[in-house]
Amino acid sequence: MGIIETKDLVFEYIRRDEEGNVEGITRAVDGVNLNVNQGDFIAILGHNGSGKSTLAKHINAILYPTEGTVWVDGKDTSDDANLWEVRQKAGMVFQNPDNQIIGQVVEEDVGFGPENLGVPTEEIWERVKESLKAVGMYEFRKHSPNKLSGGQKQRVSIAGVIAMHPKCIVLDEPTAMLDPNGRKEVIRATRALNDVEEITVILITHYMEEIIHANKVFVMDKGKVAMEGTPKEIFSQVDKLKSLRLDVPQVTLLAHELRKSGVAIPEGILTREELVAALGLGKR
Amino acid sequence: MLRDITLGQYYQTDSVIHRLDPRVKLVTTICYIISLFIVDNFIGYIIAGLFLALIIKLSKVPVKFMVRGMKSIVFLLIIAVGFNLFLTPGETAVAFWKLKITWEGIRLAAFMAIRLVFLIMGSSVMTLTTTPNNLTDGMESLLGPLKKLKVPVHEISMMMSIALRFIPILLEETDKIMKAQIARGADFESGNLIKKAKSLVPLLVPLFISAFRRANDLAMAMEARCYRGGEHRTKMKPLIYKKRDALAYGTVVCYLALCVVFGRILL
Repeated sequence: MGIIETKDLVFEYIRRDEEGNVEGITRAVDGVNLNVNQGDFIAILGHNGSGKSTLAKHINAILYPTEGTVWVDGKDTSDDANLWEVRQKAGMVFQNPDNQIIGQVVEEDVGFGPENLGVPTEEIWERVKESLKAVGMYEFRKHSPNKLSGGQKQRVSIAGVIAMHPKCIVLDEPTAMLDPNGRKEVIRATRALNDVEEITVILITHYMEEIIHANKVFVMDKGKVAMEGTPKEIFSQVDKLKSLRLDVPQVTLLAHELRKSGVAIPEGILTREELVAALGLGKR
Repeated sequence: MLRDITLGQYYQTDSVIHRLDPRVKLVTTICYIISLFIVDNFIGYIIAGLFLALIIKLSKVPVKFMVRGMKSIVFLLIIAVGFNLFLTPGETAVAFWKLKITWEGIRLAAFMAIRLVFLIMGSSVMTLTTTPNNLTDGMESLLGPLKKLKVPVHEISMMMSIALRFIPILLEETDKIMKAQIARGADFESGNLIKKAKSLVPLLVPLFISAFRRANDLAMAMEARCYRGGEHRTKMKPLIYKKRDALAYGTVVCYLALCVVFGRILL
């Protein structure tokens, strides 16, 4: 069994009017089966309202399935006895950097998770130090979070999760509110975690550039998994992605158009270097 | 601009007073305030004044910072002194028109003024030398015994520190909303008080909505990081009494004794 597994996961939001009568039911997640192995870098794509954030909240036991089951490290998330263990094993980073930092000093915020877990004081300091170093924010440990940039705040949030020693970290659109530089910082930090610390990463995003390093990509649409595969497999289906209202990276799009016009290059080109090589321009 | 405001009025420097345990500072401040009300002669106030001067000297905070805090109480001070001066019955010292000032009045007014000034200066030494965070920690620890009476001490201090963290964020947001509305022709400047207050409504509504949204997000983020109240929780920066804290407590006891002996019994 993988680190995270879902079986026929269904989640319904119930909309109520002012008197509390049921107005309608929205099926946000509809029969999703996931299987994530330890050490994977998974990306989940989808446009707004595709159910990707709802799915993410199930992994951290913030939401419970209406039907089906979610297992984190073999533990059923809908069982209350597993709640804290599940939340410790699967950390979560949210979209808005301001609304998830609790401490008034960077190091205190990173220490918040371990404090909640009841880790002894000396070990907390140890964990704070190593987590801040892992995201490259150690020299900012005495700063106030209010004076950091968006990308730096998100890295602090990631450090706060790592300090809890999770096996898996779910990032729910961590870069949606950041500028391009902040986005790069956060993605670099996330990849380092996956490579160096071997933490399983589940990255939820709608920026295509961020998923090219993933082992596996799931594309969600209307609560269902619409596509599944490696980034190369996903990006070789440009027309299908477009029908799901998703953009492809410019390079991939260019390669796709060139191929359609008769240039002999392979499908699923992800980076500028690959395109240059495919066109035979790099040898000069 | 709004980003740079400092909360409370913490003055960053390194001194013995800064390094003291926040609990010591809280207890000392309370004791000092009590002492100001025990004492009822000038020798007692001289002792209180010397004690305060000593602490200010040790804290290395420039005196002008303490005086700055005084501005807010000038009005209160004038009223208190005025009432005591004119309304205390006794032997007349000066009389003009329908008002008379009595010797007892002068004495009481002087005491009242000294009390207020010392009180404000004494408590501002505490806020100038302790970070708001430390202060909440100290309060949580001092109020600890109330947990037995089912007072949610940990929750209160958590709320205080979160409020402190969000004040600058909400201020910045207010600034943003204000600018957005000014850009669309809102007028926050002109008109009388009532009109000005009314013009704040379109500012407060979005601010409240955003604050609720933030609170919701924050609660979710805290739960995701395994927050479950004060139980089973360890501290990253636990408060531990050191030798200097014991010394400070000793000094406070001596000071209180001096106040009682000279300020009340002897004279």
